[in-house]
Amino acid sequence: MITIEQLQEIKEKNQDIVNFRKEHGERGNGKYRSHVLVCAGTGCTSSGSQKIADKLEEEIKAAGLEEEVCVIRTGCHGLCALGPVMIIYPEAAFYSNMELEHVPEIVSEHLVKGNVVTKYLYQETVTEDGIISMNQTNFYKPQNRVALRNCGVINPECINEYIGTGGYQALAKVLTTMSREDVVKCITDSGLRGRGGGGFPTGKKWQFAMGGEPGVQKYVCCNADEGDPGAFMDRSVLEGDPHVVFEAMAIAGYVIGANQGYIYVRAEYPIAVDRLNIALAQAREYGVLGDNIFGTGFSFDIDLRLGAGAFVCGEETALMTSIEGNRGEPRPRPPFPAVKGLFGQPTILNNVETWANIPQIILKGADWFAGMGTEKSRGTKVFALGGKINNVGLVEIPMGTTLREVVENIGGGIPNGKKFKAAQTGGPSGGCISLENYDVPIDYDNLVSIGSMMGSGGLIVMDEDDCMVDIAKFFLEFTVDESCGKCTPCRIGTKRLLELLNKITDGKAEMEDLDRMVELCNLIKENSLCALGQTAPNPVLSTYKYFKDEYIAHVKDKKCPAGKCKNLVSYHIDAEKCIGCGLCKKNCPGDAITGEKKQPHEIDTAKCLKCGVCMTKCKKDAIYKA
Amino acid sequence: MSDERINIPYRGTPEQEKELAELIARYKGTKSPLIPVLEQAQDIFGYLPEKALKIISEELQVSLAKIYGVVTFYSFFSLYPKGKYNISVCLGTACYVKGSGQIYDKLQSALGITGGQCTEDGKFSLEACRCIGACGLAPVMTVNGEVHGRLTADMVDGILAQYE
Ligand SMILES: Cc1cc2nc3c(=O)[nH]c(=O)nc-3n(C[C@H](O)[C@H](O)[C@H](O)COP(=O)(O)O)c2cc1C
Ligand code: FES
Repeated sequence: MITIEQLQEIKEKNQDIVNFRKEHGERGNGKYRSHVLVCAGTGCTSSGSQKIADKLEEEIKAAGLEEEVCVIRTGCHGLCALGPVMIIYPEAAFYSNMELEHVPEIVSEHLVKGNVVTKYLYQETVTEDGIISMNQTNFYKPQNRVALRNCGVINPECINEYIGTGGYQALAKVLTTMSREDVVKCITDSGLRGRGGGGFPTGKKWQFAMGGEPGVQKYVCCNADEGDPGAFMDRSVLEGDPHVVFEAMAIAGYVIGANQGYIYVRAEYPIAVDRLNIALAQAREYGVLGDNIFGTGFSFDIDLRLGAGAFVCGEETALMTSIEGNRGEPRPRPPFPAVKGLFGQPTILNNVETWANIPQIILKGADWFAGMGTEKSRGTKVFALGGKINNVGLVEIPMGTTLREVVENIGGGIPNGKKFKAAQTGGPSGGCISLENYDVPIDYDNLVSIGSMMGSGGLIVMDEDDCMVDIAKFFLEFTVDESCGKCTPCRIGTKRLLELLNKITDGKAEMEDLDRMVELCNLIKENSLCALGQTAPNPVLSTYKYFKDEYIAHVKDKKCPAGKCKNLVSYHIDAEKCIGCGLCKKNCPGDAITGEKKQPHEIDTAKCLKCGVCMTKCKKDAIYKA
Repeated sequence: MSDERINIPYRGTPEQEKELAELIARYKGTKSPLIPVLEQAQDIFGYLPEKALKIISEELQVSLAKIYGVVTFYSFFSLYPKGKYNISVCLGTACYVKGSGQIYDKLQSALGITGGQCTEDGKFSLEACRCIGACGLAPVMTVNGEVHGRLTADMVDGILAQYE
């Protein structure tokens, strides 16, 4: 067990190392003159960053620099679209789209001779006057990293680096100088609301769980189930900065009087699970988790539980039933978990991103946090930008930023010169934001009032080629699959709703079906047991509200304006434009195209799979949809 | 679960059974051991053979009916073996918007199976999954965990060929 004095010593020893990793960072007493930070998050790992890091180490060794230059595998830097990415300090040179072949040159030029290899940099950081830091680019400049502050900066497998950034100081402060009431007041005053979707005030939740008989067993849980497909901020925090979650959970344990925590994390996140296990072992070794932390008499430990691929387990009561070893079905509330939660004991559950904000709020104060964001939604929010947008990745922005800013500036606009059509937030429980709400400040309450919700922060951008009925159907398929089956409105209602949507996209619906659809949506909303069912109709209702024309086109004209719904489109070849090159024929997976060389080709609509491959292959724009 | 899969011959080795026994011993007496034990048993055998479930049931004193209820609730668990190469196509929102549905269709036609099935020679199995967190590379699929990203339908044959 380390004491608070020892924590201080470790911090002093390591702070120079981590402080070096910023624009104009000072080396201080740090050993290495250059730090190479390679992203080892899931996105960059998938595009080969581990091999790049290995190769770098090899080349650095060959150049005899291993005492001067260190390679650090960090968590996600955010700009996943440009992966693998790496940053070299002190120059803060941001290399993107790294390839193995670039490594030797970067080592010999940049690390040996000190010349940044500008051709491999993220081109936005290259200006006539030299290179600029990534923090000056459109993508990073409007961001304010609180929850993600250590992601991409520290080595997540090294507790010393976390301590160097001020890690575990908030826990020390709480345990030695603050009463339980002080902590709750600080969190309440900060205005922090749950980042897992509902936006419930965190301080209030903790307060509910404080009461009861002394000595009652209580629990603290972390929701790392991240069920919204297309959201990956929680995963990035776990991969890039696992200790922040432990520290925050221990603080909550002190407040409510719990000595045990559980982190429920998706099994689909192997890297996150590994890093959590490594971090847990280190935290226990240092005694920042375990018995008698810092000698204060407070004890707290954490166990991991892996989710096994059921979306409903992200719902708080279902999550607890799952940790208990059962089918993860939700329970009716009340009783709320703060009264009767895990194993029937008082429990608080917060989302990963919520936890990641806590230590900073304790250290910097409630006013600092409340100074960011909007009146009712304080602080920042992390969004996972995905879909038809250039800068796919993670961004952390103050609450109240507009969608226009997110898409056009931070996100770098829509690829291929296409037009913005809608953005989907809140996943299967959320809705679409259309152009008419492009300038609404994004916060919890505004999103609800325009028929969507914050959700966990997935933000999927769609362009003119996306059919909104198809998107609604996509989410409904998801909820039908994931409905746990316990209550009828959700189990059967969503299935019937999906059938109606299929009828529409098949061109077999009548106008009355649209009324039936809305009626059914409302029934499901009002009568389902848990929020999964209560929110399942949202994607349908919101697309219907903003894109009614599109629904009507499917029903009345039997046309899909975006050309997406297979049963309503057919592919044809314009004989005037076709030069008979045969590319379409060669690539057709359904053998549906015939034609002699140099003669106009033809598509057999009966065989056509409507995959659209021919259209993307044709160099003469001779293929069209009708 | 379709019926044709029920009579899968059990091919567990003594080593695997020993591993299972050790696993159960580690968890016996801990709080709610069932799901972690099932997860790791699946790691050992590649799926959850009936025999393993029976052993788990006896050792942990949990009824087979309850175990079956848990196993079928979670999509992560499988009662039948997967192919030598298990292909998983992401149908998460980010991937779907970028056309992963077409990749999935293409794989089904190239392999001649539908999602959830295994090719006759036992080589490939195909399934859909939801967001592996590599949305930056959308659309993506994994083959035995190895990620292939920025896919187009015409890349599918080439990728399959890598695993021949
Ligand atoms: C169907 C359903 C799925 C959910 N999935 C998640 C999830 O993946 N992650 C999460 O943090 N919260 C999820 N929630 C919200 C949780 O029930 C809970 O409100 C939240 O974890 C509380 O933490 P917070 O107050 O810090 O946001 C889900 C809710 C529902 C109804
Ligand atoms: S949606 Fe496919 S990896 Fe996230």
